[in-house]
Amino acid sequence: MTEETQSRQPVRVFLVDDHSMFRAGVRAELDTITDDIEVVGEAGTVGEAVAGIGHLKPDVVLLDVHMPDGGGAEVLRQSRKATPDVVFLALSVSDAAEDVIAVIRAGARGYVTKTISSQELAKAVVRVADGDAVFSPRLAGFVLDAFADRPGAAPISDPELDLLTPRERDVLRLLARGYAYKEIAAELFISVKTVETHVSSVLRKTQLSNRYELSRWASDRRLV
Amino acid sequence: MSILGVEAQILEEVDADQQRAQSNTVAVPDQVRLHRRRSGRAVAGVAGGVADHLGVDVLWVRIAFALLASLGGAGVLAYGLLWIFAPQQPDDARSISTRERQQAYGLIALGAGLTVGAGTLSGVVSGWVAGGIGVALVGAAVVWREADQSQRRRAKGALLGAGGRPALFRVLTGATLVITGIVLFLISSIGLNQVQFTLLAVLAALIGVGVLTVPWWLKLVRDLGEERRARIRTEERAEIAAHLHDSVLQTLALIQKQAEAPREVLRLARGQERQLRSWLYGPSGYGRAVDGLAHGTLSDAVARAAGEVEDTFAIKVSHVVVGDCELDERLVAVVMAAREAMVNAAKHAGVAEVSVYAEVEPETVTVFVRDRGNGFDPDTVPDDRHGLADSIRGRMERNGGEIRLRTAPGDGTEVQLNMPRAKVTT
Repeated sequence: MTEETQSRQPVRVFLVDDHSMFRAGVRAELDTITDDIEVVGEAGTVGEAVAGIGHLKPDVVLLDVHMPDGGGAEVLRQSRKATPDVVFLALSVSDAAEDVIAVIRAGARGYVTKTISSQELAKAVVRVADGDAVFSPRLAGFVLDAFADRPGAAPISDPELDLLTPRERDVLRLLARGYAYKEIAAELFISVKTVETHVSSVLRKTQLSNRYELSRWASDRRLV
Repeated sequence: MSILGVEAQILEEVDADQQRAQSNTVAVPDQVRLHRRRSGRAVAGVAGGVADHLGVDVLWVRIAFALLASLGGAGVLAYGLLWIFAPQQPDDARSISTRERQQAYGLIALGAGLTVGAGTLSGVVSGWVAGGIGVALVGAAVVWREADQSQRRRAKGALLGAGGRPALFRVLTGATLVITGIVLFLISSIGLNQVQFTLLAVLAALIGVGVLTVPWWLKLVRDLGEERRARIRTEERAEIAAHLHDSVLQTLALIQKQAEAPREVLRLARGQERQLRSWLYGPSGYGRAVDGLAHGTLSDAVARAAGEVEDTFAIKVSHVVVGDCELDERLVAVVMAAREAMVNAAKHAGVAEVSVYAEVEPETVTVFVRDRGNGFDPDTVPDDRHGLADSIRGRMERNGGEIRLRTAPGDGTEVQLNMPRAKVTT
């Protein structure tokens, strides 16, 4: 985790959520809690979001998973080409694994639930802006589930992408148990940097692996 | 047309639009069903309906029915059956030109002539019998048409007023015609003795009553189905309303009262959010899955336990479950032990959040309950505190599991519960 310093430019954040109340709340929280973050714009529909992101070129987009007209995944699909440098962090009240995984696969660099505290959210924003992945315990659980060796799983076509290494699995388990990066590093006797590398690698695999068909995935959670 | 008339027409069109919209959204199968035309019809709108269904000109359909009538009355029979079983269209604004109407009546006459002619020529039925049946059929047609009309008036509300005297007159005329036809048929059935004649007369009378009441009992069946659908919808709406009232609205009221106590507000909001979510998406909730597979699984039980602790102690318990399996006695023990560990954390750790992680593997189930709170020295726990010793360790060891404890003063606490899974008996 990068130490925040006062000298750096504030992270420019754009909010996308179809509930104006929620946008106002997040905006107020982020503006008051820290000087490292500046909310530069917000949008309530997919169209507005794509236009606003293209125009303002923010550092980080906080993206609601569930919206009319295709939700967060659609915003990602339309924005990634024009503005590849913009980083997306998914926010959701959803418990549905397939929704969350779909947004990650569309290119989001992390996922947090909407009940996250303001401090935690601010930290997560700064971290994705620095190029890290942000795995909430819930996302870690979803990814572990997705890569599980359950009967009937799709065959492994590319071991490099379709399997998690034992180390990656250990890191994910500790994330799901609520450990912070520092605690994971201490637990596994590795550096925080190495933990970050593992998490980024897991994110890449989640986005690129064809191990599971997402449409089917949620319906047959591993009943072993 | 008077202003009132225009208004009425606009209203009608709006109604029709709504009905069309409803039939487009709710009753999808209705789009492929054959509907009789409601307006622009000569007799019952059957030919028009068939024409609409097949996408041909109505004239050809009428000609086809007329020609089919020569085949032992097959056209008449088909027309009658379609009349009975094809419902009327909700409403359509179609006008019929005088020429078309004349053509239609001409074809009806032709069909009737062909039926009688073919019947008598082939010698299957004598002229008298055919005449009797013909008269009865015409009577039935008059009565059924009246039933159609009355249905239509109901659909239009009170715009046209009730049928009144003319309608009654038409029904009576139809009934008279049916009875006359039957009598003619009986008289022409010569060479019967008294007993046979009486039996036949009774039978014929029953048939007559049946024929006359066809529209009514059909309507009864349809209305029953409609009523049942409406009742289900209403009950569902009532259930949703009641649920929202008992849960969400009550909680919102409580939150307003407790606005000064943020901790209490948080507890209420968290609990309500979880309840509503489980009601909407949960296995036993409103949007429950049809198969009961998700019922009684480990992930459900963990979620329930976490929720209970959240509500009781006003802290956040975030839980993650990887994999899943059906509950059995051992796993219930694990969940109970985990719940006890959560309660301990909530009581003694002095934190706002507890993390729970459960993983189901082929051989074992592992649950971690962790807090970043005060921690403690396990050796100095006073004797009167049995929570950890009895509830957790005892529960686990009785069922063949084990517990590992990691804690130190100021360093938080993590309880790890391991339980070997029972061999799956297939």
